[in-house]
Amino acid sequence: MTAPFDLNDDSVVVVIGTGAGGGVVASELARKGISVVALEAGARHLPEDFINDEWESFGQLAWLDPRTTSGDWRVAKDFSGLPAWIVKSVGGTTQHWAGASLRFQEHEWKAATTYGPVQGANLLDWPIDAAEMDPWYTLAEDKLNVTRTGNRPGLPGNNNYLVFEKGAKALGYKEVSTGRMAITSRNDDNARLMCQQTGFCFQGCKWGAKWSAGYHEIPEGEATGNLEVRPQSHVARILHNEAGKVTGVEYYDANGTLQMQKARIVCVAGNSFESPRLLMNSASSMFPDGLANSSGQVGRNYMRHMTGSVYGVFDKPVKMWRGTTMAGIIQDEARHDPSRGFVGGYELETLSLGLPFMAAFLDPGGWGREFTSALDHYENMAGMWIVGEDMPQETNRVTLNHDVKDKYGLPVANVHFDDHPNDIAMRNHAYKQGQAIYEAVGATRTFPTPPYPSTHNLGTNRMSENARDGVVNKWGQTHDIANLFISDGSQFTTGAAENPTLTIVALAIRQADHIAREMSAQNL
Amino acid sequence: MSQKESLRGLTRRDLLKRASAAGASFVVGTGFLAAPDAAWAYEATHLDAETFATLVQMARDIYPHDQVADEYYVIAVKGYDSADAAAGITAGIAALNAAAQGKGFDSYLATGWERDRVDILRGMEDSAFFQQIRGGLVTGLYNQKAVWPIFGYEGESFSQGGYIDRGFNDINWL
Repeated sequence: MTAPFDLNDDSVVVVIGTGAGGGVVASELARKGISVVALEAGARHLPEDFINDEWESFGQLAWLDPRTTSGDWRVAKDFSGLPAWIVKSVGGTTQHWAGASLRFQEHEWKAATTYGPVQGANLLDWPIDAAEMDPWYTLAEDKLNVTRTGNRPGLPGNNNYLVFEKGAKALGYKEVSTGRMAITSRNDDNARLMCQQTGFCFQGCKWGAKWSAGYHEIPEGEATGNLEVRPQSHVARILHNEAGKVTGVEYYDANGTLQMQKARIVCVAGNSFESPRLLMNSASSMFPDGLANSSGQVGRNYMRHMTGSVYGVFDKPVKMWRGTTMAGIIQDEARHDPSRGFVGGYELETLSLGLPFMAAFLDPGGWGREFTSALDHYENMAGMWIVGEDMPQETNRVTLNHDVKDKYGLPVANVHFDDHPNDIAMRNHAYKQGQAIYEAVGATRTFPTPPYPSTHNLGTNRMSENARDGVVNKWGQTHDIANLFISDGSQFTTGAAENPTLTIVALAIRQADHIAREMSAQNL
Repeated sequence: MSQKESLRGLTRRDLLKRASAAGASFVVGTGFLAAPDAAWAYEATHLDAETFATLVQMARDIYPHDQVADEYYVIAVKGYDSADAAAGITAGIAALNAAAQGKGFDSYLATGWERDRVDILRGMEDSAFFQQIRGGLVTGLYNQKAVWPIFGYEGESFSQGGYIDRGFNDINWL
């Protein structure tokens, strides 16, 4: 049930983007009786629409609008026009995510204090901590049906996990399990169907067992009658008045017609490329460097997690593609232990790709028998993904590329990224451990596979205690403009080692609560 | 004998001989390419047969899978046999043959050992032509549903209810 609001209705909260951040803040506000218009660049795709074929699904869901890249990261060479593997759809990248739902560790909220000075890193403590986030995390875990929380059982281990677990235990790792996953593990949780071990978690769960804002959160918000989602609506600019308050947004509707929606409050949640791009494309004579950019930090401190993969080939079949894609984790290396030669830590998580994506991602650009003899044993492969904390750097940033325009004539985002020496040291450590895990189970060959286009995009509108250090305060409210909020992962001060979605959701629930309170108090 | 002479007036029988001398498992005819057992055939319309046959061999040398039959490589590159692509491909294959001749072979297709052909390819690895062919094969070859079973890949399982009752944890050698 949609609630159509008038374009001139200036009492609505406009939310830009409907993923883990925007989808949750929109629906949470609607549940509290607040009128919300959510503008989503993508179309609506429900479980029955998902396609369990990697390239076809990629064409259906991926954000393929032009972007450019620079810097020494290998993604800029291998996938120069595709810095991120994220989604353009109602529900955003929660359609694609694998479901790993981990809380930050306590020390990760205070990275600057814990790690001390790291040359070249723009580290900062979050203005919030683990104790403050605890109740919001619990609400997020309940919303997402996260396994191994709230008495929900863990998922069973698939073939890929069983290989991974055996190798992990052989190396002496203790914190090994099928993880905390936003995938329903029994049939009695919120009437959602349990995981059917189908694979293709990345292509959208056709059973609806994996949580997505697209088919769980948004429809629940719409059912309140207070949320109107306008799909295929690309926001071009945020407008403001002479007092420096935002007043509405201009967007291109599904027909490509420019519309203007008035707003009382605007929440930006377009992921870490589009959110800063939108603030910068909204520059005006009052805000020549873009909205909320008095600190100069909009677009800076881009983080993508230190990532990589390890694949192992065995002399017998594994069939890693069968079952849940990422239900497997080793957490022993997530600790902060500088004796390993780097600050922060990393998680190892099971991962599988189908044959078509394995050919594209195992060794991008690779060819000849060294490459094809690996694929020849695809059936005997096991795989894991590395995800660790990367260092925020001021020069890793999203800027406007005025030489390349999107179909609306707007400058696209250029994404510049150089690996920090800490990222490289951590990746090399993780490759070594990952390869040792598979060798302990008898792998005849292992592959330290380079990072894929980024799915965890963080930090480009970061949260800070002081206005000079970042873009938003502890509520995600911009330091400069009281009725402008950032609701996505771009507000991350630092990235921590954990997959970010649970934290984005917890922050969004908390932000909606804050906005509702401030609206009631007439402060907004 | 120059490359031009080597191609002039070749009979089907000559081509057969040349193809087998080169270790190729396909046969070039007038405007078409066929398996020796005629299980499949593809008739090139915009590229000449020799050029197309060379392109297929190049595709196999880039992504060699001995258990994958030629027909899948033909399918992977036949999109280049079009009015738009033909001129570029013809020029690229001519450059490949020139590179082969630079190393003392009559042509790329007549270069008998894979290691020699790979050596020729390495020399042009950074060219736009090589990267066009290699990049296109990533999807052109590996996204053919018909090749998936050759690698053991099962594709979608939703239509069969997933693997919850069909072996998601059936590994038995650990």
